[in-house]
Amino acid sequence: MAELETTFGQVDPKTGLKPMVINLGPQHPSTHGVLRVRLALDGEQVRACEPIIGYLHTGIEKNCEDLTWNQAITLTDRMDYLSPITNNFGYVLGVEKLLGVEVPKRCQYIRVMFAELSRIASHLVWLGTSAMDMGAMSPFFYTMQQREHILDLIEMSAGARMNPSYFRVGGLLNDLPPGFSEKLRAFLDGFPRWLQEYYALLDRNPIWIERLKGTSPMTAEQALEYGWTGPLLRASGVPRDLRKTNPYSSYEDFDFDVVTETAGDVYARYHVRMREMQESLKIIRQAIDNLPEGEWHVPGWKVYPPDKAEIGRNMEALIYHFKLFTEGIRVPAGEVYSAVEGPKGEIGYFLVSDGSGKPYRVRVRGPSFYNLQALPVLVQDKILADVVAAIGSIDIVLGEVDR
Amino acid sequence: MKEILQDLEGAFGDRVTVSEALGQTVVELPAGEIVSVVTFLKSRGFSMLIDISAVDRLERDPRFDVVYHLYHLEEKDWLRLKVQVGGDTPSVPSIAHVYASANWAERECYDMFGIRFRGHPDLKRILMPDDWEGHPLRKDYPLTGTRPLPPLVHE
Repeated sequence: MAELETTFGQVDPKTGLKPMVINLGPQHPSTHGVLRVRLALDGEQVRACEPIIGYLHTGIEKNCEDLTWNQAITLTDRMDYLSPITNNFGYVLGVEKLLGVEVPKRCQYIRVMFAELSRIASHLVWLGTSAMDMGAMSPFFYTMQQREHILDLIEMSAGARMNPSYFRVGGLLNDLPPGFSEKLRAFLDGFPRWLQEYYALLDRNPIWIERLKGTSPMTAEQALEYGWTGPLLRASGVPRDLRKTNPYSSYEDFDFDVVTETAGDVYARYHVRMREMQESLKIIRQAIDNLPEGEWHVPGWKVYPPDKAEIGRNMEALIYHFKLFTEGIRVPAGEVYSAVEGPKGEIGYFLVSDGSGKPYRVRVRGPSFYNLQALPVLVQDKILADVVAAIGSIDIVLGEVDR
Repeated sequence: MKEILQDLEGAFGDRVTVSEALGQTVVELPAGEIVSVVTFLKSRGFSMLIDISAVDRLERDPRFDVVYHLYHLEEKDWLRLKVQVGGDTPSVPSIAHVYASANWAERECYDMFGIRFRGHPDLKRILMPDDWEGHPLRKDYPLTGTRPLPPLVHE
């Protein structure tokens, strides 16, 4: 940007000095990954800021085009790796929309449950790391410890902790394993106490409040202008939550509140995320209490592969199994946009099918990409230490920014 | 939503085509109209630009679809705008001055597809290195293969 370049090299009329240009990152611990922020500093004040991204670009959108529809799910895991399940969610919903199938209620409820567990896990990582950015070391250990329980639950049902690929087109990898419900309830009972612990650690901590309150505020107009979604937008007072406004996967069955704040500063963002964890707990409890019995994937073998035992008995099942795993699901030609409310905002998938077993185009709208774009607005004329607070409050995952 | 679309058709006539695909509203328009159409839609409450992307339809002429997604807060719905562009240097007017969020989205689109956004304040690569050759998401860009490593030290 020509304007930006002049700011970077401009001489301050008052002091007669050029601003100092420094790079924050790409290896700085507070940038939460490989983000590089180019800053022009006048003393400690930020005169210009330019985030430079792309260090973690892995060509996910391109690679999806060479995988079958179900194989591409594994790549969606690797974008927002702190909440892979919500990435799976948007993608499978999109493919199901193209196919014109709807999964049974039980599957929808299980999906909701895991999406909310991932939301808590993602917010916990955010809480721990941004507290660490502010110099508070202890919350990190406590949040990671609770996240561990969620990863255990995911491992129990999906077999993997970090990149589970649990949701499949037309269903799930498998039904809930025995003993899952007890373990989940133990977590639900224990977690509220820990949430209070986090509040106790931070909410009366003068440094935490001093550094967060009034830092990097964003008005609702600005937030909308920059395409902000998720907790950031709600902290600026816009009650946009896709789970309420555009319910998917039976979210309309659940009773929960959309958390909003009005201040729009870093402190408001912290409060929105903390209270969202409580709302997520409410949703998970309702889902496990009212979990319907019955099928957990779409009937027939055209979309969801037949049971392994069935293959040994039934010739037709073997044929379908072979077809599905060699050619993939035949998805009718068409275009669809499908979006879910992820922990960081709207995760949108624009899917284009040409009628073959592989996607023609998979476009991912990563919320972090759009949220990060507003960083220069957040830190303009603030001090350098606030840049760290602002980056922390955006809650970026570079895997999703760079894809 | 219906009302806005009727007004849109009233204001732009034959130049816009409104259709529906899988329950989602799609508006097709020529590249030259994009700025006036999004300005009109923004004034009617489409306060968020959700995404800009493109699709390379290699065999078709014009070759690319540039796809915009807008969101209306009161109507609680998305709207998809589609613009076809082609030629040796495909280009479309930039809407970065209408929505601030278009800035990076257009840069990514340029980086990945080589579509130029006329009037963009700073159209440069965003994800790929500045000296990269080719635009990876084009269908004629090879999916596998090797290329020499970039030099360790830049002059």
